[in-house]
Amino acid sequence: MTMLDAKIPNGPIEKKWSEYQATCSLVNAANRKRMTVIVIGSGLAGGGAAAALGELGYHVKLFCFHDSTRRAHSVAAQGGVNAAKNYQNDGDNVYRMFYDAIKGGDYRSREANVYRMAELSVRLIDTCVAQGVPFAREYGGSLGNRSFGGVQVERTFYAQGQTGQQLLMGTNSAIARQVKAGRIERFSRHEMLDLVVKNGRAIGVIVRDAITGEIERHAAHAVVLGTGGYAKIYYLSTMAMGCNATAAWKAHKRGAFLANPSFVQVHPTSLPALGKHQSKLTLMSESLRNDGRIWVPARAGDDRSPEKIPDSERDYYLERKYPAFGNLTPRDIAARAAKEQIDAGHGVGPMRNAVFLDFRDAIAQHGRETIQSRYGNLFGMYQKITGIDAYVTPMLIAPSPHFTMGGLWVDYELMTTIEGLYACGECNFADHGSNRLGANSLLQACVDGYFILPSTIGNFLSSRIKEPLSPTDGPEFDQAESKAREDIQKLLSIKGRQPVDYFHRTLGATLWDCCGISRSRESLNRGIEQIRELREQFWNDVNITGGAHEPNSELEKATRVMDFLELGELMCIDALHREESCGAHFREEYQTKEGESLRNDEGFGYVSAWQHRAEGEPILHKEPLSFEAVNVMTRNYK
Amino acid sequence: MELNLRIWRQDGPDTPGQLVDYHLDNADPGMSFLEMLDAVNEQLINNGERVIEFDHDCREGICGSCGMVINGRPHGPAQGSSTCQLHMRSFQNGDQITIEPFRASAFPIIRDLKVDRSAFDRIIDSGGYISTNIAAAPEANSILISKDEASHAFDAAACIGCGACVASCKNASAALFTSAKVTHLVNLPQGKVERSTRVVQMVNQMDTEGFGACSFTEACEAVCPQQISVNHIAQMNWEYNRAKLGI
Repeated sequence: MTMLDAKIPNGPIEKKWSEYQATCSLVNAANRKRMTVIVIGSGLAGGGAAAALGELGYHVKLFCFHDSTRRAHSVAAQGGVNAAKNYQNDGDNVYRMFYDAIKGGDYRSREANVYRMAELSVRLIDTCVAQGVPFAREYGGSLGNRSFGGVQVERTFYAQGQTGQQLLMGTNSAIARQVKAGRIERFSRHEMLDLVVKNGRAIGVIVRDAITGEIERHAAHAVVLGTGGYAKIYYLSTMAMGCNATAAWKAHKRGAFLANPSFVQVHPTSLPALGKHQSKLTLMSESLRNDGRIWVPARAGDDRSPEKIPDSERDYYLERKYPAFGNLTPRDIAARAAKEQIDAGHGVGPMRNAVFLDFRDAIAQHGRETIQSRYGNLFGMYQKITGIDAYVTPMLIAPSPHFTMGGLWVDYELMTTIEGLYACGECNFADHGSNRLGANSLLQACVDGYFILPSTIGNFLSSRIKEPLSPTDGPEFDQAESKAREDIQKLLSIKGRQPVDYFHRTLGATLWDCCGISRSRESLNRGIEQIRELREQFWNDVNITGGAHEPNSELEKATRVMDFLELGELMCIDALHREESCGAHFREEYQTKEGESLRNDEGFGYVSAWQHRAEGEPILHKEPLSFEAVNVMTRNYK
Repeated sequence: MELNLRIWRQDGPDTPGQLVDYHLDNADPGMSFLEMLDAVNEQLINNGERVIEFDHDCREGICGSCGMVINGRPHGPAQGSSTCQLHMRSFQNGDQITIEPFRASAFPIIRDLKVDRSAFDRIIDSGGYISTNIAAAPEANSILISKDEASHAFDAAACIGCGACVASCKNASAALFTSAKVTHLVNLPQGKVERSTRVVQMVNQMDTEGFGACSFTEACEAVCPQQISVNHIAQMNWEYNRAKLGI
């Protein structure tokens, strides 16, 4: 086992990033033009990196599987983006924001990265406003804020319930500008199938054109993945249908370590599944918890309609258990508390798999108009999906997989363990520990792409300015392309009895059961066994119609699910090895008498980074986490 | 519920297509429209046939990927909804539903219900942005923007680029899409600097792509999942004339 070097700059935490920037090597403008960077993914992280690198003059090749760069799943983030502007004069500053994220992440994130994220949040808002992002405003014309789960200040900037979409339109406009300037070459409807590595260094990618089915080779001086998270592995999740782990997983198989893969955030306020046909779960923004009160009937099995249940027979269980934070407890706590209530028979809704989120009191206090101005589109969305008017009847909400804190291991420069391969945004692991705070994901994606990567990638490329692009007819490209072709041929030739979705749904159900909100040694071992069986069944019994050289959405799904079937096992292995409870990772064997998480800093105060092996179990490497700027405490939201 | 579906099948842009009949006998009123199509596709796979291709992703009405013409109306009968937000409770047991792609010569059919909307990207590329460098921004509160201005800009910026406006228009005009970006930016102080060049470039690109002219039937607003107002088209026209007149 090696100890990983995160290359954290020396000096006090508040000076590390400026120190890094002052001393890192640069590529001059004339040389940047001659260097090609491949970016995979066009969300806030990948798209932001592409735009920023294009602006610097690099030749950028930007790939996305959507038909347009504007559709990446960043678009669906509803609630907001955090920044330590302290416009509200409520005691916020960069340190406090950093501290909240470290504490919220249950001390399993890398201190230096988290501080940098908080530090750069301030400039991010400036950038977005300059791009034309129409954030909410006060009557006097200044920017408005609201608060979000897990914090006691108002530092969240928002654009109704469409903040992700608005930020992404900003990123997309920055991309468009570079496309027009000829610095970004855009490849939409292209999906990365493999990474090409030569002597430990990333030299290019293999992609499939989703219309022609053609397999293409592209070379670059560096490759950036901004491919998002893998929570779609659970099938039922708040992710988009196309969200996948393929690029990250293929990079992993080529040598990039995967860190904390079992750290998955389950969002407490999604809509519940309403039937077998369900293909995804829609999130109701956490911001709703600012004004909505969560409750269940105090008596298990009480099936009266909610307005008929008097206050004395309601259990506002978050307010009862966590009086200081009430309905705004961090996500992991709120999700687990909801599951406890549902498991104990207090669940509501047609499948008894939900809890109430009630706006009765907020409407009485602030008036319907105010609530409508804050959450109008969310209430509208809820009504479209369920047919229920939430101004009158409480919403039904349930926990749902939503974000993956785990991801490719990266150092302070966002470089993976493969030289020249970077990972930014949700597909890396660094900033959220074992639990992400609300409105920090848009933030991380943006600062990684806009601000951090453009500096750090130069530090690497500065020593490569004389190197030409690797020829795409080299043996490494040959091998990677043949592998991609073989996989596709094999998948198409099985002609079994079950469609791809069957395997995806079964895998998701297994993971939700064995490696979901709570896990145990027994469930994880069972999960590993079931996933191995399912994987074998997949390779013998999947049925994919259509061919390789045409548009084929079933083939696209299959190439993603085949990777999920491997990743799922690693998630269980990681959860099994971590014999403690922290953040979103709740191991039933490790809890206090009151049912709270029992963290073990001495035994597990590290990042688990897994190395893939073609045969046999993956190898565990550790990055020890040391905290200099904060005192490690037990999280307490009571 | 039982449904009789007539769905447009077309192998590629240059091959003829046709409506093909399908029957689904186990639809559920709680299903989304796309989940209903998933069920049809599952039947096709079980019969060894290739699936109906359609674009979709977030399935919560915000990415703008999905879009089909359902019984003659882009995104179907529900107002202010994208196809993924339409649920089968909007239909009756035994209904016949006709499903076609968004049709416009500027949106060539790729296969079945999947169309090429990259013309929209090229309209944005032509100038639908504020030319600001990422690190060159002034302090965010240094330029005050009234609540009304911000909310007016937001109403336009809410466009998800699905293309229903084009599909609903007898001229296949992209005026609503283009105007939404023009007014989003021109209603903000930061976007005023390039107002003249932007509107002219975007309108020219819209014409180059082969979209038709706007003749104000307002069909686009009626089908827009984000309920973007046709007033934005009026403002775009005003901006265009202003730019051309140099005032």
